[in-house]
Amino acid sequence: METAEKTLDEILTLAASHFKVPRERLSPDDDFFKALGIDSLQTLDLLTKLENHFQVELPDYELQGVSDFRTLAGKIQARL
Amino acid sequence: MLDLRSYACLGAALRDALDRFSSEVCLIEADRDREKVRLTYSDFKEIALPLARALEDADFDAGDRAAIIMTNQSKWLISAYAIFYCGGVLVPLDYKLSAIEHLQLLAHSKAKILIVEYHLWRAIMQSPDFQKIGTRIVLVTEAPLGADLAGAFRWEDFRRKGAPDFVLRQREDTACIVYSSGTGGRPKGCVLTHENYLEQCRALTAWYPFWPGVRYLSILPTNHAIDFMVGFIGPFVCGACVVHLRTLRPEFVRDAFVRYRITYVSLVPMIVKNLERGLRVKFDELPSWKRAFLNTMIATNKLLTRRRPKVKLSRMLLGSVHRAFGGELLALITGGAFMEPSTMQFFYDLGIPVVNGYGLTEAGTALTLNDLKPFRADTVGKPLPGVELRILNPDADGIGEVAARSATVMSHYLDDPELTLETIVDGWLLTGDLGRFDGNGHLQLFGRKKNMVVTEGGKNIYPEDIENVFDGLPVKEHCVFAANYIWPRKELGGEILVLVLRLEQNQHFDATLLEEISARNRRLPDFKRVGGYLIWDRDFPRTASMKVKRQVLGEEIGKSAERGAIVGL
Repeated sequence: METAEKTLDEILTLAASHFKVPRERLSPDDDFFKALGIDSLQTLDLLTKLENHFQVELPDYELQGVSDFRTLAGKIQARL
Repeated sequence: MLDLRSYACLGAALRDALDRFSSEVCLIEADRDREKVRLTYSDFKEIALPLARALEDADFDAGDRAAIIMTNQSKWLISAYAIFYCGGVLVPLDYKLSAIEHLQLLAHSKAKILIVEYHLWRAIMQSPDFQKIGTRIVLVTEAPLGADLAGAFRWEDFRRKGAPDFVLRQREDTACIVYSSGTGGRPKGCVLTHENYLEQCRALTAWYPFWPGVRYLSILPTNHAIDFMVGFIGPFVCGACVVHLRTLRPEFVRDAFVRYRITYVSLVPMIVKNLERGLRVKFDELPSWKRAFLNTMIATNKLLTRRRPKVKLSRMLLGSVHRAFGGELLALITGGAFMEPSTMQFFYDLGIPVVNGYGLTEAGTALTLNDLKPFRADTVGKPLPGVELRILNPDADGIGEVAARSATVMSHYLDDPELTLETIVDGWLLTGDLGRFDGNGHLQLFGRKKNMVVTEGGKNIYPEDIENVFDGLPVKEHCVFAANYIWPRKELGGEILVLVLRLEQNQHFDATLLEEISARNRRLPDFKRVGGYLIWDRDFPRTASMKVKRQVLGEEIGKSAERGAIVGL
């Protein structure tokens, strides 16, 4: 079982690498739309990457209203 | 297809369609790569009628209202049919709204029944205003066994044996109440009649018919006017099939095109642009000789289809591109927001026509549509059969407000006679959009008169609806505007909301205030966020009842400040 902090850290690393943003520029409470410069459709791409990495399935509605990495990590952690 | 002229209401037309096309597949529902539901018209009827009977037994009568808050799925359409079967009025609510907004609209619509997905119901139950809910019966779909539903029923169990009585409605009766937005200050519930829908369906299918075997991929929310018509009523009265996806991840949408050999799909411009981006990346990755060959094929296709689409020819010339879309796609239908002409042209040149249109909830689904005779990327098409359009007070360039008269224009705004009078004048719907006709009868749009923005995702955002997020901000006063309302420009796109701030005397705009604004902005869904702020150095003009005179303030700002004064957030 991954810890919440480890999950969060892995999400930040994956997001940075997928959207080619320096990892050190991302922090847990960042608005990922802004920090990654992505739109809502691209966040679905990110979600798929994260699902594959963590081997979980997240319905689209889980992401509704979520805009920071920490909350996203919480959603994933709850399904691990 | 059915001859809709002979029907008095949607329920009657749908009822006949279920019998006429009984063995055809009407619905497919897939979750990722797993197909979960496949129903024929006969199966659909078998599931819907016990629900209609249960609604009838629960005293749901003719004219009673029932709201649906669901993502696109088979139970949405089954529930809607059961409501119409009982003579009810459907209130389709946007599932992307917040729980508080759902409760506000449920109260405003006075819905007697609510049909809602479990995750959305959970959010509503957790809302501080939940206790005030006045909806008598709630049916929750896909609730886990043993889940606390706060007195709601499981949709799957809410059914009764025995044939329900079909309740016939008249053409002038209300079919749906559709909220065009306006949850914060003034809900705008468009009251649309059976006549509105039947005539809209007749007009649309006259230009773009469906038939048994057509598969329509339903991606736009079904509560939206476009999908309700093109992803439900239209296909059903023609015996076609609607495909629902429970996830809209790009990779599963791409798979669905191929797996279900999709014929038509409606998309908002944001998704079409995303598809374009994906294709361009793929094209750029091709070895140079392949790229050169592709360019030649595109140029040939462009030349041969300049007068009208020739889908079979395009499929031969550009087979690999068409196969990626399933090989049977006839058109991408787009609407609900501004679409860049270059994107439309990109797809048309590949032999995939983009059918661009223009409409608003108040006018049913669409007022104009591109008839592809020939394809035009620079217009929103021609008025549909039965639609009259006028340009009011045209300027020297012929640009003025678009007004519409048609059997598809709503009856009125629910419980708002004042707004109705302002919006429908002498039988003409004032759209608030600026446009002009070209010499070929095509409508071109140039912007909006109204203080609102339409996002690329097709959402209407009224600034007054989001202003309360900034209530309590440590400034003297604040107001939100659409930038294009303050600084009108004769083009669409690039719309942003701007937060206008009047600071206290001797107050300075500092980092703390900026952080506070940013934090509040983040609480809004991404499509509702303000794009920048502007410091204003005068008190806001107000009415006797202290309401901000928006129009006056907007004009004052427009005269004294440039658009460039907006500081991005």
